[in-house]
Amino acid sequence: MPIAASDIKWVEAPKLGFLGQLYLPIVYDGLKTTVSHIFSKKRTESYPEQEPTLPPNYRGVHRLNRDDQDRVKCVACYMCATACPAHCIDIVAAPAPASWTDREKYPETFVIDELRCIYCGMCEEACPVDAIELTTLYDLTGLSREQLIFDKEKLLSVFDITTKAGTDPVRSRSGALGPASERPVTA
Amino acid sequence: MPTVYVNDKPVEIGTEKLNCVQVAAKAGVEIPHYCYHPALSVVASCRMCLIEMGDLKDGKVTMQPKVLPGCQTPVKDGSVIVTGDYAKRDAATKALPYDAAYKPGEKTQKAQADTLEGLLLNHPLDCPVCDKAGECKLQDYSFQYGHGESRMVDTKNTPANKPEISSKITLFTDRCILCTRCVRFTREISGTSELQVVGRGHHEEIDVFPGYPLENKLSGNVVDLCPVGALGSKDFLYTQRVWYLKTTDNVCAGCSTGCSIHTDANKDIVYRLRPRPNPAAQGDFMCDEGRWGYHYTNSPDRITRPLSRENGALRPFDWAGLAKLKESFGAAKKAVAVLSPFLTVEEAYRLGTAFQSIHKDVRLVLGPVPVVGEDDLYPKDVKGRAVTPTKFIIHAEKCPNRRGVESVLQKLQGEVIAFASAVNQPMDALWFTGGYPNADAVNAAMPDNWTAAKLLVVQDLFHSKLMKAATTILPATTAFEKDGTFVNHSGLAQSFVKAIKAPVEVRSELQLGYDLAGKKGLATVAAVRKDLAKEMPQYASLEVVAPAKAGSRLELATV
Repeated sequence: MPIAASDIKWVEAPKLGFLGQLYLPIVYDGLKTTVSHIFSKKRTESYPEQEPTLPPNYRGVHRLNRDDQDRVKCVACYMCATACPAHCIDIVAAPAPASWTDREKYPETFVIDELRCIYCGMCEEACPVDAIELTTLYDLTGLSREQLIFDKEKLLSVFDITTKAGTDPVRSRSGALGPASERPVTA
Repeated sequence: MPTVYVNDKPVEIGTEKLNCVQVAAKAGVEIPHYCYHPALSVVASCRMCLIEMGDLKDGKVTMQPKVLPGCQTPVKDGSVIVTGDYAKRDAATKALPYDAAYKPGEKTQKAQADTLEGLLLNHPLDCPVCDKAGECKLQDYSFQYGHGESRMVDTKNTPANKPEISSKITLFTDRCILCTRCVRFTREISGTSELQVVGRGHHEEIDVFPGYPLENKLSGNVVDLCPVGALGSKDFLYTQRVWYLKTTDNVCAGCSTGCSIHTDANKDIVYRLRPRPNPAAQGDFMCDEGRWGYHYTNSPDRITRPLSRENGALRPFDWAGLAKLKESFGAAKKAVAVLSPFLTVEEAYRLGTAFQSIHKDVRLVLGPVPVVGEDDLYPKDVKGRAVTPTKFIIHAEKCPNRRGVESVLQKLQGEVIAFASAVNQPMDALWFTGGYPNADAVNAAMPDNWTAAKLLVVQDLFHSKLMKAATTILPATTAFEKDGTFVNHSGLAQSFVKAIKAPVEVRSELQLGYDLAGKKGLATVAAVRKDLAKEMPQYASLEVVAPAKAGSRLELATV
């Protein structure tokens, strides 16, 4: 549909005065910026010798969080796999071990294809128990495609590494296991 | 003509005896309900189907002062029903002459929201880990009619789960809303009465009597009946989330009842079967044997590629060798082709005509018909005897399409030859089409001292006695992997479409019929149905490509 003439607003370019036609003040303005950078503090980082500190909401490699008993926090609800636009999460759910009295379901396997992932963070948004989080690990490399398909153990080890290094503290806000696994009150 | 008004819309009811829920469904209005089920008795305990009701008399509507349960309230000529969805009615409908002070639908809306608040008092909000999420009526109605938040301040009741109530079914007691559909099912349909409500008031729970678990042949239906995620099938538990499943309308191949079913599959793997209500076939339910009997489709033991025997050892067979196989079958002196009762009508017809075109004196034989025990009638009384009226029958004949294949054989060669009589006569070539989910049926039909035909082509799902002697083994398709028509015990022909793709090297029976007949191109049921309609007028209604939902009843000659 063509745009109606009444919706079009014509804007004239401002007319240049005498100084403007000389261009000198504008050239001076530009040079001022350039020269000020020569004397200001250097911001260039010499990666990889020097590594950047990233903001905590950076979306890097995933991790699977552990609960206070060191078990995987995930309850295998498939919300992350459902939300994932790249279909890179594959979960196989199973009844939780009998000793885990606070929940019925847990992930038997949990696999993320880090190469397929687009690091959008939807999985983290969708998780009802804050079990999956994106860390500030960004320099992910591997020698084969298989190496970058992360299973449950690998994702839990990312949790161990990042929490130990202190780069990514646990950000969970929900309770022991979150709203999806309310602890039975009566035994 | 007696007329009932649902949200001002007139509905003619004729001479039918209907309740408000049924009349509203006729008018295209859904009255939400949990405990009401058309096949079970009415208890009106969930209070979700509350409506406002009145009478239209002498051009004036008199409304009753309080809300009524729709499932328990019968309608008569001039009844006026106002549901909570009154505001969503078609604006073009002329409003009835209500009292000026009356606000239609207001009371009901409040009643429905309050009912839901009550139901959710003790219901755990564990939807992310509940298998019912996505098809849960409590989720749907809470979203549609409920309050946004809970005012409950006390701790919720959390009774312990009861996985021991049955070997096949588990009970998440805390999720139960006490609609008692399951209890009524075991009392009225299966008659076995295992389930009951124990405790009182706030502490009511579904339970079984100690030592009498829920073990009957229809037990799986309580899982479908449960409107929430309280009763779960252990077979399906935690395998898939329901929104991943693709549902296809299919027909159960377990016995000659031919239950209409929904097949739920994801990525060409069947995960669950559910009954599809069809009064012409089986009603609202299905048996456990059929429900959980689909595993053969995914079995690792299944034959999924063609094999041929060379010097006693089985080697992969190239489908290009089919032409040679066809030639040697045509050259045999006494040739027999077996059409199994697991074939669809279309396949039987296509294969039957193909065999006749290869060999002019071929004997077409009906494959072994597996019969296990006697017809199992429900409901049963305490002593296990069937009582009338019968509400469900599990047939002893464990194949879906004996009558369909018989009708084809009758047409093609004028008689139906039973496998038992044909197998003992000398033959040079035997082509056996199977599709038996259980090789026992074939093994039982084979005589002990049988001398194998020189050319023996066996197309089946699993290894059997017959296959040990086979010169060529062809893979078969299951009922989930093909389009076609089954004719059940009473002559009801039900068409269905395939739910999943067959394994990659499997050639469907219909395609094989095409290839054997020397026809070019891909086989389609539509083309076969056209031929079938010309030759066998009783199948003329199948000619349409889209299968009829309920199936069409055929008048087939009983053999």
